[in-house]
Amino acid sequence: MSNAASALIAGEHDVRADFPILGERTSRGKRLVYLDSAATSQKPTVVIDAIDRYYREYNANIHRGVYEIAARATDAFEGARAKVAGFLNAAESAEIIWTRNATEAINLVAWSWGGANLHGGDVILVSELEHHSNLVPWQLLAERSGARLRFIPVDDRGELQLDTLDELLEGCKLVAIAHVSNTLGTILPIAEVVARAHAAGAIVLVDGAQAAPHMTVDVRALDADFYVLSAHKMLGPTGIGVLYGKRALLDAMPPFLSGGDMIRSVSYERSTFNELPWKFEAGTSNIADAIAFGSAIDYLESYGMENIRAHERHLLAYAFERLAALEERGLAIYGPHDPERSSGVISMNFADIHAHDLASILDTEGICIRAGHHCTMPLMGRLDLAATARASFYLYNDRSDVDALVAGLEKAAAIFRLS
Amino acid sequence: MDDFYRDFILDHYRNPRNFGHLPEPDAVAEDRNPLCGDEMRVEIAVDESGNVSDLRFSGKGCAISQASASMLLEHAKGKSLENILALGKESVLENVGIDISPTRMKCAMLGLSVLKSAALAGLAKAESE
Repeated sequence: MSNAASALIAGEHDVRADFPILGERTSRGKRLVYLDSAATSQKPTVVIDAIDRYYREYNANIHRGVYEIAARATDAFEGARAKVAGFLNAAESAEIIWTRNATEAINLVAWSWGGANLHGGDVILVSELEHHSNLVPWQLLAERSGARLRFIPVDDRGELQLDTLDELLEGCKLVAIAHVSNTLGTILPIAEVVARAHAAGAIVLVDGAQAAPHMTVDVRALDADFYVLSAHKMLGPTGIGVLYGKRALLDAMPPFLSGGDMIRSVSYERSTFNELPWKFEAGTSNIADAIAFGSAIDYLESYGMENIRAHERHLLAYAFERLAALEERGLAIYGPHDPERSSGVISMNFADIHAHDLASILDTEGICIRAGHHCTMPLMGRLDLAATARASFYLYNDRSDVDALVAGLEKAAAIFRLS
Repeated sequence: MDDFYRDFILDHYRNPRNFGHLPEPDAVAEDRNPLCGDEMRVEIAVDESGNVSDLRFSGKGCAISQASASMLLEHAKGKSLENILALGKESVLENVGIDISPTRMKCAMLGLSVLKSAALAGLAKAESE
């Protein structure tokens, strides 16, 4: 039973066995039931080994050494970039910029593209369900440039409302929107937003931090101008992320951070800058983690993103089915409540049990979930929620994890004497 | 941690004492737990000898923050502003009588922190009068 769901993606192969941490026990001796992959994913052995191998076997700086291990490091680093380009179906590797994470990628666009292109009176359009990382950089850009922020509304259930989109796009230069809501799991209609934004003369940045780990992303089919992601949410290490941008946009943008590696030539007075993608990569990059992220992509692609998505859809359907009994006892589930429109996230509250209390009780059973506002304080205010408890799934979860979650919720109900 | 949710804690959570607002508070303080967004407001009334004659708290939060605040305020009623400012962590922990995990300590201490801010505001007001 426990491997029935993972068999969907892996045949007889035990996916859990690829993740050493999932074999660990908590201090109470409980099996680790990891349901917080929307915060960060666990790492397979191949990723951990890739970091280890780089430091043990060919640690060297890239792009300048003439010796063998430097060439090997450069090849691995640029090879990882090519893997990301393939994963996102970018036209070329030069459109893939390494950053620390999705947040830094968004900040790069806000400072570089925003600084050069946004002026007083221009409009930046953001949705009401954005993570703080896709809101605060635009607030600060609006302050610097005199541009105005507008919001694509959500209804009381958190559903994006596009009926007023064309009016909101008047005077708009940039739309910044999540591909998947980190709080509700909703998959947003990005292709439609992009088409309508382009028709109105605006470009679109898509925050793919919660989408890229879970589904096929084709930046050219979406026609996204910028697409950002964080490696650590998709089996890769922390400290490495990606900005995808269309070459024409990136070419025209001024540098963001400056220093070594991003220059072509430097005199005491002035410098000329390197070509893409290195123009945006000042200083020594996070070589080991970029290489290990390449291994994470290989691992994901060995299953296929369509199969991972199908696995999570089945798991979500099973979870909704199991949780239905608890809805009669006061469990409230937010978001689409529909596996076809949701990406492996269940946001909930249980009767009068606060999300933090729920998380503490589940923790005693080895179950890791997230409680709080999920870095979406404006959305929580819009939905009139103080906090929710969020369980999120990935390819290494299976039905036994859902069963553990349901048993944990039943324990919480007993402790709080819910009828 | 599951031992924490004993009957008297749940009772304070569901029926918090001194919950609500004072008609004319002498000092007020508010704070939120940035971790979870929980909010708490404490209002105090101070008599002429500098003792807290009445007090209320309001806001929303988890059982740990709400029950800790409810028990702390019962304990603080009648104390001088100086005595309230001198209260330490143990004043909360002794009331709840149970180990609180480090990850939830901020929740337990939210009431104490806001109460002390209110007492500080009360002292400042007394000095300016």
